[in-house]
Amino acid sequence: MEILELKRMANQIRQNIITMLVPAKSGHPGGSLSAADILAVLYFQEMKIKPEDPQWADRDRFVLAKGHAAPVLYAALAEKGFFPKEELLGLRQTGRMLQGHPDMRKVPGVDMSTGSLGQGLSAANGMALAGKLDNKNYRVYALLGDGEMAEGQVWEAAMAAAHYKLDNVTAILDLNGLQIDGATENVMNIDPIDEKWRAFGWHVISVDGHDIEALLAAFAEAKSTKGKPTILIAHTIKGKGVSFMEDQADWHGSAPSAEQGEKALQELREEVASLD
Amino acid sequence: MTKQATRDAYGKALVALGAENKDIVVLDADLSKSTKTAEFAKNYPERFFNMGIAEANLMGTAAGLAAAGKIPFASTFAIFATGRAFEQIRNSIAYPKLNVKIAATHSGVSVGEDGGSHQAVEDIAIMRAMPNMTVLVPADGEETKQAIYAAAKYDGPVYIRMGRLGVPLLFDENYKFEIGKANVVREGEDCTIFANGLMVAEAMEAAKELEEEGIKVAVVNVASVKPLDRETIISYAKKTKAVVTAEEHNIIGGLGSAVAEVLSEEAPTPIVRIGIKDTFGESGRPLELLEKYGLTKEDVKAGVKAVIKKK
Repeated sequence: MEILELKRMANQIRQNIITMLVPAKSGHPGGSLSAADILAVLYFQEMKIKPEDPQWADRDRFVLAKGHAAPVLYAALAEKGFFPKEELLGLRQTGRMLQGHPDMRKVPGVDMSTGSLGQGLSAANGMALAGKLDNKNYRVYALLGDGEMAEGQVWEAAMAAAHYKLDNVTAILDLNGLQIDGATENVMNIDPIDEKWRAFGWHVISVDGHDIEALLAAFAEAKSTKGKPTILIAHTIKGKGVSFMEDQADWHGSAPSAEQGEKALQELREEVASLD
Repeated sequence: MTKQATRDAYGKALVALGAENKDIVVLDADLSKSTKTAEFAKNYPERFFNMGIAEANLMGTAAGLAAAGKIPFASTFAIFATGRAFEQIRNSIAYPKLNVKIAATHSGVSVGEDGGSHQAVEDIAIMRAMPNMTVLVPADGEETKQAIYAAAKYDGPVYIRMGRLGVPLLFDENYKFEIGKANVVREGEDCTIFANGLMVAEAMEAAKELEEEGIKVAVVNVASVKPLDRETIISYAKKTKAVVTAEEHNIIGGLGSAVAEVLSEEAPTPIVRIGIKDTFGESGRPLELLEKYGLTKEDVKAGVKAVIKKK
């Protein structure tokens, strides 16, 4: 996809997030909106996937370690054609497919069930080890949250990925600076986060997580980095794209009302119009 | 009687299985010499992953390998597998029903000298309460081998509980283990002992000695704690009208609880549960600890006599 199309897709993903969260009446808009550009690049440029064959053995894999951002994943999967967009309106509702956190047994295109923070990177590593054993050249992507950096298992997995030289793993850290209880630096300071990953043996790339071109370049650099895993430290804004949600911890885990949703969609429609 | 620890049988079975099936991979957490996965590591180094002392990551990595088509055997001590990594097993393995085999050794007080911190007495309860999980507790080397093969063949998460201590070889290759099936290893009319793990040998000895006293006891090996062979349990309870359970586990939540749950609903029967009486273990020689914690043939015999009086 062209850069402009990817920007439009990121906007469409954001609109989908709002559209599905309003009827759900609960869910996580902030950390979904912050990752919309990253998922647009992954699902519409970077990853080799076949929506018509979600279990394709040679596909690239994606693990949403920060599983509460399920809306951004569902939005991207629906746009890509893994399931009908109407399903988005059933988010979090009894008997429907789209669970509050990703469920690989229910949703086509979800490669790993996640939601309990700290566990996603381990699973991504396992997929990457299997890929190497089978001499397959698929890549595995994992999107982690910055609040999640406090989980010990993340660092067990970080150590193991470097130990096993998993250069087919690319992690992306959605560094939006906020978690439920407030600013990450106040809840549990993770800095210097780039030095930590470097010390654990990773190739570290710092990138603006809302700059499509920069993201494309970073993923290309990750792909050409051999002998070690790569992490993109993606500097993002929580709630990105909706003015009243931006940089507000309170929008971590509460859904917009119908009125707020309409206001958010209006802003996003104006944004996409301004792209042309 | 020839003895073999179930962990030793596991190590051998893994090597044989690894030769037959290239999708078998093994993970360990710096305990491969103790869990006996070291032999697999030697034979198939490219399919063995030492994850270091990091059980949470071990389980999560196993989940990812399974999601990509491998059949991982994740090994460590029972306490660390089910305790430290409980929630990784729950959310990364059982919830998505991934094809991971959690092969845990060093269960129960028969771990011995390492003491209570290393003796899992609640692992079966934890694993049994988890949806999608199959729970197997083999009694000897032959049954362990067959349980490992059955687990590899079955598509889904399995917990296999094994021990450190050498235990009598009870069965030969004519024995047939099946997930979900209990095995009647001795017939009798007066009482049924449902046992698993190292308590099967004790139960068989107890039954032999009780026969000399004129008490005829059936022994049923319930290696498959989940799924449980309800049919066999109900029919033997109805037939003998008195039941003893025997396991090297807390009397809360293990085989005794599983049998009591079925019988209280389907066929209320007098029951005595032999097991660890809701306490942690301690350091000591394995056989001395088994005696101290009430896990010998003498305890089983006393249980049988007590339950027959309740008839």
